[in-house]
Amino acid sequence: MRKINLWAWFWIFLGALYFFGPLYGALDFSLREKRGTLSLIAYQNVLKDPNFRNSFTYSTLIALATIVVGLLLIVSTAYWVHLRLPQARPIVDFITLLPFVVPAIVLVDGFIQIYSGPPFALTNTPQGTNVLLMFGYIVTAMPYMYRSIDAGLRAIDVRTLTEAGQSLGAGWITILFRVILPNIRTALLSGAFLTFAIVIGEYTFASLLARPAFGPYMVLLGQDRAYEPAALSIMSFALTWAAMMIIQLLGRGAPGQGQVAVAH
Amino acid sequence: MDFIYMAEATPADSQRKPLVRSFLPTNLLVWLGVLPFFLFAILFILMPSSSLVVGSFQDTQGHFTFKNIVDLFTPSILNSYLLSIQISLVTAIVGALFGFMLAYAAVLGGLPRWVRTAVMTLCGVAANFAGVPLAFAFVATLGRTGIFTASLRDAFHFDIYQHGFNLYSFGGLALTYLYFQFPLMVLIIAPSLDGLRREWREASENLGSSTWQYWRYIALPILLPSLLGTMILLFGNAFGAYATAYALTGGFLDLITIEVGNQISGNVLYNPNLGLALALGMIVVMSVSIGLYSWLQRRTARWLR
Repeated sequence: MRKINLWAWFWIFLGALYFFGPLYGALDFSLREKRGTLSLIAYQNVLKDPNFRNSFTYSTLIALATIVVGLLLIVSTAYWVHLRLPQARPIVDFITLLPFVVPAIVLVDGFIQIYSGPPFALTNTPQGTNVLLMFGYIVTAMPYMYRSIDAGLRAIDVRTLTEAGQSLGAGWITILFRVILPNIRTALLSGAFLTFAIVIGEYTFASLLARPAFGPYMVLLGQDRAYEPAALSIMSFALTWAAMMIIQLLGRGAPGQGQVAVAH
Repeated sequence: MDFIYMAEATPADSQRKPLVRSFLPTNLLVWLGVLPFFLFAILFILMPSSSLVVGSFQDTQGHFTFKNIVDLFTPSILNSYLLSIQISLVTAIVGALFGFMLAYAAVLGGLPRWVRTAVMTLCGVAANFAGVPLAFAFVATLGRTGIFTASLRDAFHFDIYQHGFNLYSFGGLALTYLYFQFPLMVLIIAPSLDGLRREWREASENLGSSTWQYWRYIALPILLPSLLGTMILLFGNAFGAYATAYALTGGFLDLITIEVGNQISGNVLYNPNLGLALALGMIVVMSVSIGLYSWLQRRTARWLR
């Protein structure tokens, strides 16, 4: 038994080394802008940079839009499938898995092909491109959002709750917003934070659609500064960490947590 | 077990009743509820994807041609696909092996409970920490002036860059990809390891089997489909990666994602239709691997009830 324990500790140690090594490297590096001492100058430079603030604000707004529109679309669909259209489940499930088959770089290629000319010339205006970017992010986040919400709906009795609401005289809007949504708020919030974690530093869509988002800003900064990128890396890590902690706290005891987002 | 299953099946059956009526015109109204979703899927997944298929078979004037598809088989493009497939295979296999050992240690290694919780949490964070910030962290650690590189040079006068290591190469990129690959493996494989019942091990030991025989004849055959399935998922994960590779190598490593990106942004001799064919080739590779994945998933599902 002792031998097994030692081996187990060995692998845990190796995993911890791999996990914390680059984090330690980035942290240490980010503090060395001033020769000879440790300082927070790199962080101050980043926070002072108006481009940082602008791109971060832009990405936050796009993330919020993605969350609101995406949740509306996916919650209403998942709710309707649970309640009235169980026969549509296989095809909806299948569609929500498609983003795994079509990598972001491929999808953006198709976006430009379709939306850079008539009849839907979205890329001709910044607003149009913002909308396109948002829909790209909804596609990227959809598998995770749908799974989270589907699990949430599975855990409650959608049909009984809806019928109870109806027999008390509630309309569809009241039922959805005051009965169903409060009952799956954990799933909603998990989906929202996961989407935020995906969108905030996303590079592929933003850069190829030429939008001033946080991801392209980081790459640009990485090309002409040495210490600031490390500071950004640590800040991004803190954001990811916070989002994951919130999801885990929310998901304690509720089904459908432990999600992974993949947007590299 | 069967009783529980049947009890659960009853409400689902009553929900399934509309199946028969769904072909009647009145029930067409019910389908309106999912219309926005299908519209969204058509506009932002199906139309863009099919435009790749159509565009791949057209020249710049819009005439039908096989030239773009034939051009995919020129050595430089084939090499890009090959490099992407290689790095995806290497990081999928190494990530799966390392992730498996880590998950095994955390789940079945007889360690305190908090170790498992900590490992799962950290893996959740690491699997999501990818793209540009991940590349920066590796540059800060193992780049030419990175912390690890510099401290080895200062302390032991040993320069890893003069002994064959280079972060901005295949090996360095693989090392970076592994940072999100092995945690993903841990997250996906841990439930399968939970599914290995203690009784199976006890039964085999009662029949006099060794640890090796238990793994060779019982545990591994049960886990194999989900192991391979997860590996395929990791493969696709690395195959579609663009941001990490671009941020790390600045677009100089000739991966297929980088090629597609260059074609889109017009950094190379510009032929948009060839760019579409490149992307179509990626969809083909992904479809084959996802097809394999779902086949393996179905084979393994029955063991994990």
